[in-house]
Amino acid sequence: MDLLSATEFEALRLSLRVALVAVAATLPLAVLVAWALARCRFPGKGLIAGFLHLPLVLPPVVVGYVLLLLFGVRGPIGSWLDAAFGIRLVFTANGVALATAVMIFPLIVRAVRLSIEALDPGLDEAARTLGAGPIDRFVTVSLPLMLPGILSGAVVAFAASLGEFGAVITFAANVPGETQTLPLAIYAATQTPGGDVAAARLATISMTLALAGLVFSEYLARRVSRMLGR
Amino acid sequence: MIDLDFRERLGSFDLDIRLAAPAGVVALFGRSGSGKTSVVRAIAGLSRPREGRIAVAGTALFDSAAGIDLPAERRRVGYVFQDARLFPHMNVEANLRYGQRRSGAAEGPDEFGAIVELLGIGALLARRPGTLSGGERQRVAVGRALLARPRVLLMDEPLASLDAARKAEVLPYLDGLRHRLGIPIVYVTHSIDEVLRLADTLALVDGGRIAVAGPVTEVMARVDLGPLVGRFEAGAAIDTVIAGHDDRYALTRLAFDGGELVVPAVDAAPGTELRVLVRARDVMLATQPPGAISARNVYAGRISALALEEGAHAEAAIAVGGVRLRARITRAAVAELGLSAGMPVYAIVKSVAVGRPGIGARNSSGRTPA
Repeated sequence: MDLLSATEFEALRLSLRVALVAVAATLPLAVLVAWALARCRFPGKGLIAGFLHLPLVLPPVVVGYVLLLLFGVRGPIGSWLDAAFGIRLVFTANGVALATAVMIFPLIVRAVRLSIEALDPGLDEAARTLGAGPIDRFVTVSLPLMLPGILSGAVVAFAASLGEFGAVITFAANVPGETQTLPLAIYAATQTPGGDVAAARLATISMTLALAGLVFSEYLARRVSRMLGR
Repeated sequence: MIDLDFRERLGSFDLDIRLAAPAGVVALFGRSGSGKTSVVRAIAGLSRPREGRIAVAGTALFDSAAGIDLPAERRRVGYVFQDARLFPHMNVEANLRYGQRRSGAAEGPDEFGAIVELLGIGALLARRPGTLSGGERQRVAVGRALLARPRVLLMDEPLASLDAARKAEVLPYLDGLRHRLGIPIVYVTHSIDEVLRLADTLALVDGGRIAVAGPVTEVMARVDLGPLVGRFEAGAAIDTVIAGHDDRYALTRLAFDGGELVVPAVDAAPGTELRVLVRARDVMLATQPPGAISARNVYAGRISALALEEGAHAEAAIAVGGVRLRARITRAAVAELGLSAGMPVYAIVKSVAVGRPGIGARNSSGRTPA
């Protein structure tokens, strides 16, 4: 007997792929935004910070609904994407990635921002007196020292991506083989008569992934702090 | 070499700095909070004066009238911070090369090796800053600053965070640097020992201003500066040369312009230049030549200045040959002996009072008196 049915395997594959894409696509932007929020002063900063953190406090369904309004086929951004590039996000795997990315964005920004605020400004000054310009200093001094924060943010966001439910089901629906991620498959199994075994099996996989993620992040944290000479 | 004339608003007071220092080591000396560090930060470009001019060796780094304000990264200023500030994610060699690679100059014939050897950090190159002792960290920080080929070296209390043993470890290296570098050094400190040991010019900083500046021995001899230098350490700095040793009694004779000073044995060859501090509280005055007395150093001199203070004390300057000793005595003694300016007196200095801390080698060998 196969461990997983074809659709279940597809759900697992999609979940991992979406999590990877969402984290990879979000990370650079999140680092820039975190830097701007931690180091720069500009009007409306509080408002922008609050807006970016909304997904943390809103019900995920609401986030999915807002995305539907914006990125729907008739939404302002969705219709433009469709007309200009022929890209449709609603009810597609890319839509799952978008909804996931929006949900995890504030998680990464928070983790990275904390690591920026923990940077010793004295090291930046030392680099200045040694002739390093702003970008040089960011790449050679700040970024390496922010790495623990960036990595821990990425791992947490990856784990959260695997569990994202409300925003995804609202924006991308629950189409097996297309937009059905692991949690959505578990949900579907619990709604199906006789699906208990499948649900338990998928839940076990889900837990295993979460655990592996935790162990990996611990390992990573130790490796990085050794690399940073702490 | 260093010309400062600028004003800057600091949190609680205004910095108003005017200082023209010749080549060599300039010590900025003063209490904490007097503005010493702010001066070197302004030279480095880490803070920005409201107006004025900062120039090193004729090159303006900042000149509000001419609209010049070089960013810190283009000033070529070597800065040794009190807390070293080595990059924790790089090993010692990468730290050392950081500024060198950005200096834009081609490396001279084994410049790297020479500085590594000068600072005695060859064995540390592969280590991470986190594994170094405080003294090793400061030496690496000095090397990192020097390898960037600075036009001036700024040292902000580089020894303040070290214990006495680590200080003794780093001082000889700094002493050795003074003679080998062709660049001016600005050295911030609140330790009079470091001033005596390292500085050529002493600038007293008080309340955001340069209260007085000049050659170390001259500034130290001024009676009116007691409150700035601190009562305990106030004294006369005297440049001497080792005239000879008396091995039988473990004494060393130091010749100065005014006589000889006998002190406990100093481990350095005759001919070595030493600058010693004779503290004012260690000098006694007598109106007649003292007879049988245990003190080894008795000098006939003349009171050149006398300052009565509120409270119990008075401070006298005594001209002995070409130097001025300082004596801290009671007002009662002044009255009883009838002391006054211009009066001939005998100044008495106990040999044991001229201890190690006040003795710094001034020769180019960079060797410490053990």
